[in-house]
Amino acid sequence: MSELKRTALYDVHVAMGARMVPFAGWEMPVQYPTGPMAEHHAVRNAAGLFDIDHMGQLKLVGPDAEAFLQYVQPRDVSQMKVWDAEYSYLCYEDGTFVDDIFIYRLPDDEWMIVVNAANREKDLFWLDTHMVGFDADLIDISDPTYMLALQGPKAQAILQKLTDYDLDQVAFHTAARIQVGGVDTLIGATGYTGEYGYEFFFPEEKAIAMWEMLLDAGKEDGLLACGLAARDSLRFEACLPLYGHEIHAEVEPIGARLGWVCDWDKGPWIGRNAVLKTKLEKPKMLLVGLEMVDRGVPREHYEVAKDGKVIGWVTTGMKSPTLNKFLALAYVPRGYNKFGTELEVIIRGKPKKAVVVKRPFYIPAYRRK
Amino acid sequence: MSLKYDPNLKYAKSDEWARVEDDNIVVVGISDYAQDALSDIVYVELPEVGTQVSAGEVVGAVESVKAAADIMSPVSGEIVEVNEELNDSPEILNEDPYGAWIFKVKASDLSELDALMTAEEYEAYNATREH
Repeated sequence: MSELKRTALYDVHVAMGARMVPFAGWEMPVQYPTGPMAEHHAVRNAAGLFDIDHMGQLKLVGPDAEAFLQYVQPRDVSQMKVWDAEYSYLCYEDGTFVDDIFIYRLPDDEWMIVVNAANREKDLFWLDTHMVGFDADLIDISDPTYMLALQGPKAQAILQKLTDYDLDQVAFHTAARIQVGGVDTLIGATGYTGEYGYEFFFPEEKAIAMWEMLLDAGKEDGLLACGLAARDSLRFEACLPLYGHEIHAEVEPIGARLGWVCDWDKGPWIGRNAVLKTKLEKPKMLLVGLEMVDRGVPREHYEVAKDGKVIGWVTTGMKSPTLNKFLALAYVPRGYNKFGTELEVIIRGKPKKAVVVKRPFYIPAYRRK
Repeated sequence: MSLKYDPNLKYAKSDEWARVEDDNIVVVGISDYAQDALSDIVYVELPEVGTQVSAGEVVGAVESVKAAADIMSPVSGEIVEVNEELNDSPEILNEDPYGAWIFKVKASDLSELDALMTAEEYEAYNATREH
């Protein structure tokens, strides 16, 4: 393995007592001394601040930028207005995942694609090879662009202390270019925790100033710096898929329950016919939620069995901090996906009873009435 | 935040501590180093009372938010008691690692404990590990 990359906040994390771990080629904080449980609850009840600069940003410009995006991913981006931000993914021709992405439509025919850290070079290569015939340019702006996430019910109140911009104007899944404590920042009302919040894009040289400014502004509101462990448990409870776990090049969107992203009448896109075939013929493997009946912690890669016969695998599993239950996401064959289906998770060689339950485990704040 | 070492305990390389009580009973728990490395503990798989175990055998597991760690018995013998409190409150292993024991084993050969480290040796050993 090549040398791990460090974000501009590395020394700040270490000084805060964070435990640093390798993640997708980066050395990132997995937790601070507060611990993953406290960090998780802070985001659900108050707010959390995450260094997510390992994520990549690609800028897409040019007269054919929109046409190119229509061709490489399943969402109808012609329906996106300027400042809209939406979830999508890239597929191979056979319908399996290249990556999942966030698309931002910016003014002046500019787009930004946010990609997973592990896939930055892969996505760039994949997209570039499909650029032939399109008058557009794809530029990797990951290095000069710093990315942070502020998430939780208090996120808006905290950010509002640092900007004159009326944040009520920034609706969920839209973006705005604002001043945050004097720093020119693109914010998206986006995130990956199941809570309302923001993701920030701004010049890397402002990383430490921005981090400290936000932590300071949120101190009285219970804002905590949060590591990757809390980020994982938060997105897991909301059943937001994570690349390398629920989605990768061996699984496809319909089984991963992401068919809702596809716009079937917008014209061709890479992988469309394969995904369409799976939609019409039904997927072989489906992502389900499992709740343990027997005691035990289901974990990634554990086998899922029915009456002793292995039929699937766990993609993510843990004790849910919010629900206080042992839960898992798992791929099982179609037919075993009905709520109430009794299955087993093989934990350290022993089958432990589990039952198929409704997803998401935790209903995201933005999906509540 | 420095880690605690109890001079009255013996320590295994696999981070269990052992304390000898009357009648060849050995009480076993996990060290402060272990609970700190695991962080928030959410589940403990306890051995069954009456099980015959040999020294170094995996008898259970401690699971945190991010990892699972096997628990081994430092001595051979019979499991005579388990700490049922851990079923409902596994976090006491984080809060009080040297007070919260996991299981008790009636040792068939107490000299097996000679293979363990003293608190001082264990502290020196941990200094060589990457935390």
